[in-house]
Formats: sequence, structure tokens, C-alpha cells
Amino acid sequence: MSTSVLLILLLPLALSAFNGLMGLFVPAYRKNEWLIGGLGTLAVAIPFALTVRLFLGFHGEPEVASYFTWIAAGDLRIEFAYRIDQLSLVMTLIVTGVGALIHLYSIGYMHGDSGYWRFFPYLNLFIFAMLNLVLAENLLVLFLGWEGVGLCSYLLIGFWYTDLKNSAAANKAFIVNRIGDFAFLLALFIIFAVVTEKTDGAFGFDFTTLLAPETLGLFGAGTLMAVALLFFVGATGKSAQIPLFVWLPDAMAGPTPVSALIHAATMVTSGLYLLARLSPMVLMAPTAMTIIAIVGAMTAIMAATIAITQNDIKRVLAYSTVSQLGYMFLAAGVGAYFVAIFHVMTHAFFKACLFLGSGSVIHGMHEVQHELEHKGLLGSHGATIEDDPLKTVDLPYDGDFDAQDMRTMGGLKRFMPVTRWTFLIATLAIAGIPPLAGFFSKDEILFKAFELGYNGQIWGYIVWIVGVATAVLTAIYMTRAYLLTFEGTPRWPDAMDSQPHESPWTMTVPLVVLAALSVVGGFVGLPAVLGGSKIHHFLVHDGRGPVAAPHHELHVPVSIEWGLLFLGMAIAAAGVLFAWFVIRWGSRGPEADTSIRRFFGPLYGTFSRKYSVDELYQKVIVNPVVNGARRVFAPFDQNAVDGAVNGVAKLVQDIALRLRGVQTGVVQHYALAFVFGVAVVLALMLLR
Amino acid sequence: MHYAIRTMQLALNWYLSLSAILFVIGVLGVLVRRNAIVIFLSIELMLNAANLALVAFSQTFADVNGQVLVFFVMSVAAAEAAVGLAIIIALFRNKETVNVDEISLFRG
Amino acid sequence: MNVLSSIPHIVSLVIFLPAVGALLALVVPGDNGVKWTALVTTVITFLLSLGLYAGFDPSASTAEAPQLMEHLNWFPGVNVSYFVGVDGLNLLLAMLTTLLGPIIILSSWTYIGKQIRGYYSLMLLLQTGVLGVFLSFDLVLFYVFFEITLIPMYFIIGIWGGENRVYAALKFVLYTLVGSLLMLVGVLWLGFAAGDAVNGGVFTADWYQLVSYGVPLGAQGWLFFLFLLAFAIKVPLFPFHTWLPDAHVQAPTGGSVVLAGVLLKMGTYGLIRFTIPFFPNAAQQFAPLLAVLAVIGIIYGALVAFAQEDAKKLIAYSSVSHLGFVVLGLFAMTTEAVQGAMFQMVNHGISTGALFLLVGMLYERRHTREMSDFGGLAKSVPVLTFFMMLTVFASAGLPGLNGFVGEFLILIGSWKSSMFNGSLVILATTGVILAAVYLLWMVYRTFFGELTHEENRTMKDLNFRELGLLIPLAVLMVWLGLGPAPFLDKSEAAVRSILEITQVKAEAVEAAADQPDAIVRVPLRWPDAVAATQ
Repeated sequence: MSTSVLLILLLPLALSAFNGLMGLFVPAYRKNEWLIGGLGTLAVAIPFALTVRLFLGFHGEPEVASYFTWIAAGDLRIEFAYRIDQLSLVMTLIVTGVGALIHLYSIGYMHGDSGYWRFFPYLNLFIFAMLNLVLAENLLVLFLGWEGVGLCSYLLIGFWYTDLKNSAAANKAFIVNRIGDFAFLLALFIIFAVVTEKTDGAFGFDFTTLLAPETLGLFGAGTLMAVALLFFVGATGKSAQIPLFVWLPDAMAGPTPVSALIHAATMVTSGLYLLARLSPMVLMAPTAMTIIAIVGAMTAIMAATIAITQNDIKRVLAYSTVSQLGYMFLAAGVGAYFVAIFHVMTHAFFKACLFLGSGSVIHGMHEVQHELEHKGLLGSHGATIEDDPLKTVDLPYDGDFDAQDMRTMGGLKRFMPVTRWTFLIATLAIAGIPPLAGFFSKDEILFKAFELGYNGQIWGYIVWIVGVATAVLTAIYMTRAYLLTFEGTPRWPDAMDSQPHESPWTMTVPLVVLAALSVVGGFVGLPAVLGGSKIHHFLVHDGRGPVAAPHHELHVPVSIEWGLLFLGMAIAAAGVLFAWFVIRWGSRGPEADTSIRRFFGPLYGTFSRKYSVDELYQKVIVNPVVNGARRVFAPFDQNAVDGAVNGVAKLVQDIALRLRGVQTGVVQHYALAFVFGVAVVLALMLLR
Repeated sequence: MHYAIRTMQLALNWYLSLSAILFVIGVLGVLVRRNAIVIFLSIELMLNAANLALVAFSQTFADVNGQVLVFFVMSVAAAEAAVGLAIIIALFRNKETVNVDEISLFRG
Repeated sequence: MNVLSSIPHIVSLVIFLPAVGALLALVVPGDNGVKWTALVTTVITFLLSLGLYAGFDPSASTAEAPQLMEHLNWFPGVNVSYFVGVDGLNLLLAMLTTLLGPIIILSSWTYIGKQIRGYYSLMLLLQTGVLGVFLSFDLVLFYVFFEITLIPMYFIIGIWGGENRVYAALKFVLYTLVGSLLMLVGVLWLGFAAGDAVNGGVFTADWYQLVSYGVPLGAQGWLFFLFLLAFAIKVPLFPFHTWLPDAHVQAPTGGSVVLAGVLLKMGTYGLIRFTIPFFPNAAQQFAPLLAVLAVIGIIYGALVAFAQEDAKKLIAYSSVSHLGFVVLGLFAMTTEAVQGAMFQMVNHGISTGALFLLVGMLYERRHTREMSDFGGLAKSVPVLTFFMMLTVFASAGLPGLNGFVGEFLILIGSWKSSMFNGSLVILATTGVILAAVYLLWMVYRTFFGELTHEENRTMKDLNFRELGLLIPLAVLMVWLGLGPAPFLDKSEAAVRSILEITQVKAEAVEAAADQPDAIVRVPLRWPDAVAATQ
């Protein structure tokens, strides 16, 4: 087992280093697209196969493989140690499985890009970091992965660095994540101080020790809540929750496979993973749990309302991701960690499928854009040509041609059938149409919230209602995205002649696989009334598994359970049907937005301005820091601190200037003074 | 015996007086003359005044150390003469003068 | 390796070989001869210093004794001697110095165009000075080496520096000299007092005697500040830091590397070697003050760095910020924090050294350091960009690279410390965020975006010599980041021992406070070591 783990970890790292260094130092190597892409894909596919083998041979008892000591000083002793248990196996399967598919997809998607040779090493490095995160046996190795994925996210968001906008988005992602990491570090400090103060011997943040009841018993209730909340703040950074969600929509500046892999399926769920991993600890801090649930619910509804107003297909998906992550935190907050992980899994399937589908669409629309440019219908940078009335093209909005804008799309189902069907399946899955994957996981989350309310904790009802509202919105905006993109008639200029084509097999195969998983993925987590959740039993393992469950049993009558199940179906179906047949985005195109606009009234403006959170942060945090640094601190350093130093020098100089007259430069004056001196000394000696 | 000592003491006083006079002449020369070479000569005069005193003491107290010291002084003076004259020559080449009033590079 | 450590007088060889090289460099014919002499000397010095590493036994039983020591009476009559050796505190710093030696020489290969002979001689002399500082166990000897380093650095900045070099050189020398001369007063006072108490009335500068002697409470306060000031200026600790940006910006690349890499470490090393263990009560009493200054330095340095237009100045201010962490860790006085601080000294030498090398390479190509003159360089110089990114992330404390290990240990140890309030540590931890802000901002402005300047389009990427400089540093960044345990192990016992001495002595002095005539002498755990020095 320990060799397998080593291979799983080192293959992505080794091939990342190989492809990266070869590409960097041997420019000729960069042209071998198939070699680079193939090696990169294998570097994830082989670990996937190994993980499957580990999974099949797993007997329910966690195993730990320790390799060497990382940091040792004083009472701190951190090992490079990894852990195979139910939770890490599920996460590793998701990471390597979805990861391998996305690598394969990237071979087609990134074809011809001048940065192709950099792309695969970055992705492989990401997989390595992510595997460290999910396989870690202690919090510090987890943190290594945690920051490592942040680094790769930074590198990949800013992948097309010649556009400064992308690099700025990358900086934003890294720095916002660092704010979360700051909280993570503080949590580590508190744990270390408490544990080393109360026990003897070295401590290494290993989960075996940390999550043991006797260690958790060392913490006071207040300390525990502080630690749980700090970890949660860390998680809000990585998993894009209020208040640190602002980086994720901007992160769409990266290539689409990156959005699928990092910003939908894997990295952004690491906050959830952290909470699930620490669930025995977090469960002991009920107030923190309530806060987590409420923040999750707020994020879910906020992002959903923003998503409904967006026109960029990737931004819709980005806000949708934020919203779904909110769901997962809601689940964690109500104590249903295994459901959160279940939703992590189903979400990885359908959201990866959606992102890859959008990538396929963008790929096709780029084709259209190039054709239009070739025909001279667009300026070289996609700008419309205004001086020649014959060649002026009509875009359904102001600005340049944008291959990601759904308003220029429409009717793509004719040109890209595979993409269309897979996108539709994933859309229905995320909307929660049974029996697709999203239905079961979302339903279970809502059920768990309701259960809490039913058993007397009123806030359970509140988050449940918010969750239901979000579910309706999700069905609507996702159907909107599907309809605007694939249904209706093409809206791009010259649509009769300039047509997109279906993407190559490397891109469609992953789509099909992910769509299939979106169909069947939910069956591992059937609700209790339908036979019970396999993933629940696997992860919780009767209280001996890595994911803890609340100790007190909650009960809801079976009739209500059935009722909620049908309610879930009903709202999902209602949302889809409402968008399809009442608002009719398919036939009416972007026009149909006016109905929604009218419905929400002035709130719509707030949604489309994304609640002005970015502007608020700019005003309250960024500007004061930047202006403070430029206008206060730097001049203060120059004038006050250095001024004081130079002032002392000036003072000495002034005194010296006054005394300089004594030095005439005439040697004989000095000699005279010398003789007088001798005379005085002699006189003193003689007269004594 | 008594006489001999007395003459020697007398002799010592004479020597020391001469030495003092030479030394004062030297000091005054250094202080008042403007020509670098004359100043230089005056310094040599002071050195030799000291030498005279040393020899006189050496003779009086029959201690050879004084004589030895004189040799040292003379050799140092020779070295100094070489260096000093070199400096003066270098100065003259640069400034076309050996008048010390005109050489006040160290004026503050 | 063990063959190396059995060479007799290896410590002296390591210290003085560069000085011999300096003399050789003055006489060998030709510019290339000078360069090669310097390179070969520094490489041999580095190889010899591997012997120090190999011959060093980090086990706890030898923690208080210097190893490979050499002891010669220097001033008969007083206990001032030529006393050098290796222990856990100075081993890695000496290694860092010898490692940077060849790198600095190579980095100057084409950068220095005038008076080549003088430059390389001075660089070699400087290396002897720095090695002497780290490896001395005699306070007077230490002081001599400490001052010797000023002279070469003064000329290196003053002759081979930028436009404003004389101002910067003078500021550097005068500022540091003020501190160290005040320290000299302290050295004399302490030497006589300790001599009276523990050396039969004879002045002593022997570190072991001094550290065993408990300075009376009344004298500790001002002596502490005399010793502190010299080192605080050198570190530099806020608010004594303003000489640093000037010196760095004006110094040639090699000068900046040696300045950031090792000269600043003499300050932090002095704090843990002398200031804290000599005056433990004062150190404990003023630890909160020092921690406040350190935290101000961390945040303030970062903010001022962010506001800079000149890349080199930005890095200079980042040093202020990074060394704030080191000072914080030292005054936390917990094993974790001090270990972190020791390790961070080495890290900072490597990563900031590499940053200065990289900026120097850009300067050599474009003769400007203004970030607005660059932009989009990732396209024209991908290899340089790669090294810059690696170094930037090492410097920003990304786990897996070296900077994280030090910062993490410092912060976690400081949080545990009872010396100062935890809120200071929270503030210090924001430095982790700020470091990312200013460093990524620099990368953003310099390497990303379109190539806006024509000169940047044709910029040449790294040549083999430059690769040779950067690869060892890059390897070390990863190595120290992923496998720091063996290195930390080298200093662990020594750090524990010095903290223990500090604590025991502080209590003893405290206990003797009401008996004015009492002489406090802390028995060292291994008196053999002390006996051997007499």
C-alpha cells in the first residue's frame, strides 16, 4: 500500500517536472503536443488505476504510510505521512478520475496553444498538490497541498499572461486565498499551543492523535469554537464562500479545463474536505456549525441570484459553483458531512461536465470568430468594423465579439450534438431532476436541514427554506444557460455560412463519461426510504469511519420523508419547465431576460452588479492599503525615519562647519598650537 | 676626581645650553619661515639638538645607550630627509612653489 | 567528507583561505587570472566548509562545546585569544557564507567592468571577515572581524555602486559604526566585570566565561541596549533600517547579495549569540518591545515595499519585513521559534540572495531597475521568469519551499511563547498575506502583460554562467523546503542549550538581586569545554 501511495503521489510530480523542465530548457520539445499531453494524462490516469486497486482492496481500517520527517524542532515533529481511509479514497478517486478525463480533454482543447508545454506540467503539479491535500495524514502536509493547489490555481488562472487582466485575476485569487490561509495558520497555532502545553512529547498535527477523543478533550469550548471558525474561514477562501468568494468568478480567466478541474470539481471543494476531515472536532463546536450552515445558505442563494443575471457562460457556471459549494457548507453546518462529500462527488461529475461542455462551445465559437475575422467581418481583435457599412455586423449587445457570451450563441445543438446532449444531461442533473446524480445529493442536504428544524432547531427550517429557494433558482438559471446556448436560432453574425463544428474525440469522450457519471452517480447515495445511502455507510462506517456524524439521532416520520422527496422533484421540474415553457429563453433568446428583470424589479440590478461586493472590498480594504502604502508609509519612511537619520548627520555637519575655521591649512599654525600645548604641559608639570 | 666631575658637569651644562638654543632656533624656524626647505632644515636642527643632548648625557653618565639612540635618530632623520625632500619636490612640481603659505589644502 | 573534517586547523583554513586568495588576486596577472583566482578560492573554501558540516556532531551531549575548535592566546596577560570553532548556532551560517562565495564571484563576472583586481580582492577579504564573525568564540576577536567587514563593503558600494554610491556607502559605514562603537564600550565593561567575577580579576573575552557570568540586574539594562543597538542596526530592525534600501540600491549585484545574504545575518546572529544569553533578564524584560518593533518591521516593511517603483528597493524593504520575523522568533525564546529564526536566516540568505541576483541580471540587460521599464518579460525570457517565480514563492513562504519552514516555526513558537502577547503574532502572521501582495505585484508588473518596450522583446535569456548561479540556489530552496529536518537537527541542541542557559541565568540573577555583592556564575553543563578554553 505504501508503494502505491508513493506512486500515486510521485507520478504527477515527476511528469510535471519532466515535461516542465524539458519544455523550459529544450524549446524543440514544446512541439511534441501528443507526447506532452499523453504523458500528462498518463500521470493522472495511472494513479487513478492504482487508487481503484486500493479502493477495491480496502477493508475498512485506515492505513497510514509515513515516509520521512519533514520538520522537527522543539515539540513540533511533522512527518511526511499519508493516510488511506474511506474519505481520502473517495476524494482521491474523484481527483484522479475526473482529473484524468480533464487531462484528456485538454489535449484537444489546448491544441495549438503556444503555452501547451506549460499547461500540462501545471495541471500535473496541481494534481500532485491536490493529492497531498486529500491524502495527508497531518494538517501540515494538508496545508502543503492546500497552498500548492493555490499556487497552481494562480499559475493557471494567469496562464495567458500577456493579458494583464488574467494575471490580475490570478493575483486576486492567490491573495484572497492567502487571507484564508492566514486563518488556517492561526488555527494551527492555537492547536499546537493547547496540545503541547497539556501533553508531553512531540506533536505533529496528525489526525490520528488530533482527532482522538482524549486530545479533543484538552480543548475548552471557546477554544474549540475559535479553531473551528478559523478553519472555516480558511475554507471560505479555498471554497469561495462569503466573505472570500470574490476570486472565483474572476478565476474564469483561466483556460476552461482549468475551470472544470480546479474551480469546479476539485480544489474548491477542499474546504469541504477539510471540514469533513475535522468533523469530529467541528461537531463539538455547535455555534460554529450554525454559523457554517448560515454562511453556506447565504452564499448559495446569493450566488444563485447573481448567476441568473450573467451572460458569460463560464461566469454562470462559476456562480453556480459558488452556489453549489454553499449547499455543501450548508450540509456540513447541519452536521451531514457525508452528504457534503456526496455532493462534492456528484457536483464534480456534473459541474466538470458542464464546464467542459462550455469549453467545447467556446472552442466552437472561437472557430466562428476566426472565420468571421478571416472574412473581415470582425476587426483583428474581434472589434466590429464601423467605417465600412457593408461589413458592419450586428451583435446582440454593445462591445466586441465574445466567444463566451451566450447572447451571441443559440441553436448550437445542430452543430454540436454530443456537447448538447451531455450539457443537457448535466443541466438536468444540477437542476435536480430525478434520477440524475444532483437530485439525490441535493435532496439529502435539504432533508438534513429540514430534519434539524423538525427536531426543534428553528434555524434548520430557515436554511432549508433558503435551500429550496436556491434549488428553484438553480433549475431556472441552468436551464436558461442551456436554452440560450443550444436552443433557438444562431445569433452570431453571418450564421448561415460561419458555423462551428463538434469538438474532437479527446474532448467529447470525457464529456460522455462525465455525463454518464452524472446519470448514475447518485445511486450510491439513495435516501433512506429508497434503501439507504451506500456512501453514508462507507464514510461514517458506524461511527468508526473518518467522517463523524452527530451523536444524537434525529427522526422524521417516513411520510414527511416521502413528501420532501416529491417536493424536491416538483421544484426542480417546476424550475426547468418554467424556464423552458413560460419564459422561453430558447425561442425568445436574451430578450427573455426582461421577464426575469421585471419579476425581480430593482433587486435585479443588485444581482447583476453582484451585490457590489468587489467594489466594497476595493473601497474598504484594497484602496486604504494601497494608498496607505503609497501616500503614507513610503513618504513617512523617506521623510520621517530616514529624515531623522539624515537630520543627525546634518546636525553634526552644521557643528563641523562652524568649527572648520580653526583649521587654517597652514602647517605653521598647527605647529604654533603644538608649541603652546607643550609649553602649557611643561608649565603644569613644573609648577605642580 | 672632584675637579674632574665638576668640569664634566660644567661641560654638560654647556652642551645642554647649546642644545636648547639650537632647539629653540629650530622651533622658531619652523614657526616663522615660509620656505618649506628652510622649515625642513629647522626640523633637522631640532633633531640634532636632541642628538647633542643625548650624546652629552651619554658621555656624562657613561651609558652607551644614548649613543645608540643617536644612531637611530640619525638614520630616521636620513629616511625622513629622503621622504620629506621627495614630498617637497612633488609639491614643487604641482604647485611651482615651496612657500608653505600657499599650500593649505587642509584648510577646513 | 570525513577526510575533510580531519584536516588540521580546518576552521582557520576556512576563515583565512579567502584572505589568502585576496592577496593572490592582487598579484596574479590578467583580469581573467584575478577572476579565476577568486572563483577557485571560494570554491575550495566551500568544499573545505563541507568538512565543518561533516565533522559536526549535533548530539545534545556536545551542545555547549565548540567543535573543531582552535585556541591560541592572543593578548598575553588578559584572556583575549584567537578562539574559533563550530557549534550549532554558527555552522549553517558559515556554510551559507561559503556557499554564497562562489555565487557572488560568478555573479560579478561580467557585471564588474572596472578595477577588477580590487573588487575581487575586497570580496574575498569580506568573506574572511564574515566567516570570522560567525566562527569566533572570543568577543574581542568577534568585534575585530565585525568591524573588518565594514571596510570592503564600504569600497564595494563606494567604487562599484550606482549613481549615488558615495552617499550610500558613507551612510552604511557611519550608521553601522555608531552602533558597533557603542557596543565596544559594552564589550570592555562586560569583559572587565566578568574578569573580576570569574577570571581572577583579569579581563576576559572568552565567550564561555562571559556566558556563564550573570551580569547584575542594574547593569543589564544599559549593556543590553549597547549590544542591542549594534545588532539592531545591522539586522536592520525598524526604525534603524533606512541605510539598507540606499545601500542595496547603490551596491553592485554581488554587493547586494553578500549584504542581504550574510552581512545582515551578523546582526541576528549577534542577538542570539551575545545579546540574549549575556543579558537574559533585560532580554526577557524588553522582549515585548523588541517584538513590537519586529512586528512593525514586518508590516511596515511590506507596505513600503509595495509602494516602490524600483525592483531592487522593493526587495530591500522585503528584507526588513523578513528579518522582522527572525527578530520576533529570537525574542520569543522558545525552541521552535528560535530554531525557526536560525533556519530563516539561512533561508533569507538563499531566497533574497537569489532575488538580488535576478534583479541584477535584469539590470545588466537593460540598465534599469524601474519596474515600469519592464513588463511582459515572461515571453522573452522564460527561464529567468521561471527562476524568479520559484524564488518569489520561496520568499513568500509557500509550503514545500524553504521560506515556509522558517516562518511557520517562528510564528508557531512565538504563539506558544510567554514573552509577549499573542495578538502580536496575529499581526505578524498578516505579513504572510502582505508578502504575497508585494511580491506578486512585482512579478505582475515585470513579467506579465504585453511586451511594451522594444528592448525587452530581444532580451537574452539566461546563459550558462547565470544558470550555474541560480540552479544551486533553486535546488536548495526545494531541498530546504521539503527536507529541512537534518538541517534543523544541527542547531536543535545548541538552541535548547542557549535557551536553557538564558533561563537559568535569568532566575539566578533575579534571585541574587537583593545581595549587591553576590557574583552569579552559572555552571555550564559541560565544564570540560570551558576548561579547555583556559
